[in-house]
Amino acid sequence: MKAIVTVVGKDQVGIIAGVCIKLAEYNVNVLDISQTVMQGYFTMMMVVDVTEATIPLAQLAVEMEQEGKSRNLSIRLQREDIFEAMHRV
Amino acid sequence: MLNQKDIFQTIDMIEQRHLDIRTITMGISLRDCAHPDVKTCCDQIYDKITRRAENLVRVGEDIEKEFGIPIVNKRISVTPIALVAESCRTDSYVPFAQTLDRAAKEVGVNFIGGFSALVQKGCTVGDRKLIESIPEALACTDRVCSSVNVGSTKAGINMNAVALMGQIIKKTAALTADNDGLGCAKLVVFCNAVEDNPFMAGAFHGVGEPECVLNVGVSGPGVVHHALKSVKGQPFDVVAETIKQTAFRITRMGQIVGNEASRRLGVPFGIVDLSLAPTPAVGDSVARILEEMGLETCGIHGTTAALAMLNDAVKKGGVMASNHVGGLSGAFIPVSEDEGMIAAAESGILTLNKLEAMTCVCSVGLDMIAVPGDTTAETISAIIADEAAIGMVNSKTTAVRIIPAPGKVVGDRVEMGGLLGSAPVMPVYGQSTVDFISRGGRIPAPLQSLKN
Repeated sequence: MKAIVTVVGKDQVGIIAGVCIKLAEYNVNVLDISQTVMQGYFTMMMVVDVTEATIPLAQLAVEMEQEGKSRNLSIRLQREDIFEAMHRV
Repeated sequence: MLNQKDIFQTIDMIEQRHLDIRTITMGISLRDCAHPDVKTCCDQIYDKITRRAENLVRVGEDIEKEFGIPIVNKRISVTPIALVAESCRTDSYVPFAQTLDRAAKEVGVNFIGGFSALVQKGCTVGDRKLIESIPEALACTDRVCSSVNVGSTKAGINMNAVALMGQIIKKTAALTADNDGLGCAKLVVFCNAVEDNPFMAGAFHGVGEPECVLNVGVSGPGVVHHALKSVKGQPFDVVAETIKQTAFRITRMGQIVGNEASRRLGVPFGIVDLSLAPTPAVGDSVARILEEMGLETCGIHGTTAALAMLNDAVKKGGVMASNHVGGLSGAFIPVSEDEGMIAAAESGILTLNKLEAMTCVCSVGLDMIAVPGDTTAETISAIIADEAAIGMVNSKTTAVRIIPAPGKVVGDRVEMGGLLGSAPVMPVYGQSTVDFISRGGRIPAPLQSLKN
């Protein structure tokens, strides 16, 4: 199963590293990353594979959110299907 | 492949525009719980609800986290209790309401609907007992919702029941006078009630429904409002198209959540109710959508046309997004639960008469309206009769959820709290309808009922 990770917040050193380390900790594989910085604001979208994740998805989403809070970032991990459903007929 | 714009648009809808799944409602049949002994019957009801809905709240919360979309309410609807309790040797159905309340609290749902009777053509013994138990049942429970269907296109309007419901609403208000008549906020009088409605207070599990089913109600007035801001000044064709596209997206969200919840709970998926259900929060208002179309205030001339278009476009957009659309599906206009409606009513521009006209073209009826505490039972019955007539003739659901707030007069405010919001007390005609209501009998079904 795939999930989408989005990260938004003020740009700082080590955002991608932090997110990737956290994901690796739970055995989540990163498939794709796209990232920009607009007017000092960091925006990243990742497609990740959570099939082999070591904790349930709901818990993983909470973990990522908390990771974000500790760095003053908004980090969301959501199942990919919801975006597919909304934007594809 | 998904692009970044789509993804951030979805997140924006959820975070900034109040997009949410308004409710996942589990419908549970209680028909096998009937028993002559009240206690046995209540025990069976309690056991069945707590067993069936054991995981409802937990599954709902898991899905919320995984998809990152709020599921605001988890609820239960049950077989109309008048049917389940009818064979019991008792005169009061209050213990059944208490049982439902206890079961709701045990499984953690915030409302349970189905303290109901369907009396469009007449009352059975059980129907009458249920209706007479409503005031006390709503006063001594927290989470039980009640509804009574008094009319339908097929059957006409049961004016005896209409007369009775006026008195029941007054009694319910009196018994919950300490809370501004809060009991009345949990009581709906319907014409053409639907069997698979997931929204409270009117939800019940209809007799044609399966053993257990999961229905989903989506919402998103804020998303529609925001989308319309991008088509300012454009013709109505464009407005309708924009609403349709937005409704499609919202409904798809409901469909995927419903499918997932039904799979995990091992319960068949029933319908998506694609309704625009407002909340008192700023940015989550149906009235503001109508105003965005170019009306200075909701309730002025043009409001009915705007609402008609909105209601229709929501359905058209949603219907393709779900394999089963049902429930009430349309725009709700509950006064106390809609920040824009409250403002319009408080300014005196949105009146009961205009609301009645609006109910001809939207999904429900006179909803969450506070009227003076000295409004007579007959006047309330007459209001119900008017609404039921609109539903009957137009083959649509109409409802009345009205609060004659004890001790309150026009200009006062009634506070319900939470999602129920607050409502300004609106004026009603003081002239007598006693002779009209005391006639009783049944208004015959209209010609449009003869379709065979």
